Amino acid sequence: MKKLIALILAILMVASLAACGGTDTATKDEAGTSSDFKMGVILVGDENEGYTYAHIEGIKEAAAALGLADDQIIWKYTIPEDETCYDTAADLADQGCDLVISNSYGHQSHMQQAATEFPEVTFIAMTGDTAKASGLPNFCNAFTAVYESRFVSGVVAGMKIKELVDAGKLEDDNFDADGNVKVGYVGAYPYAEVKSGYTAFFLGIKSVYDKVSMSVQFTNSWFDLTKEGETANQLLSQGCVIICQHADSTGAPSAVQAALEKGDVCYSVGYNIDMLEVAPDAALTSATNVWSVYYKEAIGAAMNGEAVPTNWAEGYAKEAVAITPLGESCAEGTQEKVDEVIAAIKAGELHVFDIETFTVGGKKVESAFATDTDGDFVPDADEAVFDGYFHESYFQSAPCFALDIDGITLLN
Amino acid sequence: MANVAVHKREPLVRIAKRDSMPLWQSILIRVLSIVLALVVCGVIIYMLIKVNPLEVYKSMVEGAFGAFKEDYKFFNRRTWITIRDTMMLLCIAVGLAPAFKMRFWNIGAEGQILVGGIATAACMIYLKNLPPVLLFICMIGASLLAGALWSLLPAIFKAKWNTNETLFTLMMNYVAIQLTSFFVALWENPFGSNTVGIINPTGKEGWFPPVFGLDYLMNVIVVMTITVGMFIYLKYSKQGYEISVVGDSENTARYAGINVKKVIIRTMLISGAICGLSGFVAVSGASHTISVNTAGGKGFTAIIVAWLAKFNTFTMILISLLLVFLDKGAIEIASKYDLNDYVASMITGIILFFILGSEFFVNYRMIFRSKEKEVQ
Repeated sequence: MKKLIALILAILMVASLAACGGTDTATKDEAGTSSDFKMGVILVGDENEGYTYAHIEGIKEAAAALGLADDQIIWKYTIPEDETCYDTAADLADQGCDLVISNSYGHQSHMQQAATEFPEVTFIAMTGDTAKASGLPNFCNAFTAVYESRFVSGVVAGMKIKELVDAGKLEDDNFDADGNVKVGYVGAYPYAEVKSGYTAFFLGIKSVYDKVSMSVQFTNSWFDLTKEGETANQLLSQGCVIICQHADSTGAPSAVQAALEKGDVCYSVGYNIDMLEVAPDAALTSATNVWSVYYKEAIGAAMNGEAVPTNWAEGYAKEAVAITPLGESCAEGTQEKVDEVIAAIKAGELHVFDIETFTVGGKKVESAFATDTDGDFVPDADEAVFDGYFHESYFQSAPCFALDIDGITLLN
Repeated sequence: MANVAVHKREPLVRIAKRDSMPLWQSILIRVLSIVLALVVCGVIIYMLIKVNPLEVYKSMVEGAFGAFKEDYKFFNRRTWITIRDTMMLLCIAVGLAPAFKMRFWNIGAEGQILVGGIATAACMIYLKNLPPVLLFICMIGASLLAGALWSLLPAIFKAKWNTNETLFTLMMNYVAIQLTSFFVALWENPFGSNTVGIINPTGKEGWFPPVFGLDYLMNVIVVMTITVGMFIYLKYSKQGYEISVVGDSENTARYAGINVKKVIIRTMLISGAICGLSGFVAVSGASHTISVNTAGGKGFTAIIVAWLAKFNTFTMILISLLLVFLDKGAIEIASKYDLNDYVASMITGIILFFILGSEFFVNYRMIFRSKEKEVQ
């Protein structure tokens, strides 16, 4: 008998819940929009992770500018880089999405598989590099020309080094045997994307202050707070004055800030996010991507039924890259210099990988390939050096500059 | 008058072990626990997002079995993915069943899946020019062998020196993860991605072939065969009987003339081999790639499945389905109501808590302090 009462009670509770919740769901469906365009977004993380957060903000900004309603975008968070990505992409296509975007490199091959299967849906694998080779008209890659903002962040660092040298603030161990000022770089992996980034940064410094040498240490991880901090400390103990990074955490800037507070002369240049919060005195600036520029263009094209570019890579010309606001420790006149450099890049007068500014094995580079066609990871097609500079992100959106130039030492 | 018996105060509730319970009663308790769990979740959902919980539950069902539209077909993509993942979980749980029944705590399924997956991926990469039948025989053989070898080590140590198999199998997982990282780096494609990417995307060599045009029917066939086979093995074979005797009491087993060491090693080989085979199902039948996330915690989830099902492989089907359903539903509501994933995990957690709790009421009864005593 008691059990029967319990059962009836339980059923009553469920029913009463249904009754009290019933009123406010109706409003959700009424917000229909004129356009029947729908898009899906596959994200490797969620808003708690800096890289994904930047993409979410970029898409939201683009959506607001294009007048997309909330229910026209289906968000899929924390999708791992495995078959779940394909399942999700196919599911989004089933739900009637006209455009599906994924934000991580590892999603690429699964997106490509979905693109083969759903020719009427456009798939964009951000930061990917196989769209051109796949030959699929509905499969696209995009990346910003972040090497441009890397270069500019290098200019900021160069101004600081020049100021420190002029003021005589550097110690003997801040110089190497040849009298070059030591710079350190915390890299993620020894891949083209990272190489292109640190080379651009290095050339940026050299454009202001020529006598520098740089040591690069890889952490073999995109995000590792502790390891990046430790690596920064190692580089600092070797006498590096500037620590830059290609890694997503705040580990390195925090370590530099701590060393600065202890009295060392050292400053930090970050990536992706403003580091002033964790390193108010040490952080000079960070090179960043402005994803909304691309998303406006790509989503807008897809909405109008136009083709989305297969390979998209834009920099300062379209304001798709930037550096974060300068920290208080920056040298005097940095802002003016930065504006001048950005203007020169925009005008096409300054090229980041100008072959006059660097050498490989003591020689000027006359030829370098951009694309790998036979799968051995060594570029063998598309001559990238012409008109006096290496054409980065020219044949495909993903970075491909993989030369080891003089002045940069790889520690591991 | 002076000799009045002193009444000891009886506690409000006493707990006593149940002797047995009619089947309908135990089913009722379990169903009620799920209903209660849904009610509790409903209250929490309403408090958090002010959405009708029934709508949320509907989304969960849609997440697992497809959106209810006018032209709704039950066997749509989402249903098939739910089936595929259920089969994967089931396969691991079936692999764990004999070991756990023998009271050998094999928590090394993660590692056994990974080495099975590595073996499969290796065949797909290096032997892709073999005729399909031969290639499949190689993949099945390699994954069985890899899983079996991975469990052989802890089994021998347990049988010979009575080492703690829980720690041993657990640590083997970490070795397997490192091994997987090594092979991922070796087979990295494209360079710089730190992933293997989809293996043989064009020729689909070594991919489960569609059966009757259905991509994942093959997974069902493979796993169901193993499930039925394991049921018969555990219930009707002599070896299955030996397993349960060793599980109940090693001394009894020894007294009955069972070679305990042999049974331990043999059972662990079977357990590891089937877990290795689930690595084959995962790589060849679902992901077509290998990464450290290929096992993705399923080896641990399968332990819950095996235990809840009391090692009955058919009950495992239901439990696996329930867990996969909860997972898919959680993903859908996170996306639909723009919730963080953690809310979805909370719901799954609450439901699991109630299901596990219901086992208590199935096995024990609560005796309340009641008037009946006076009648006695």
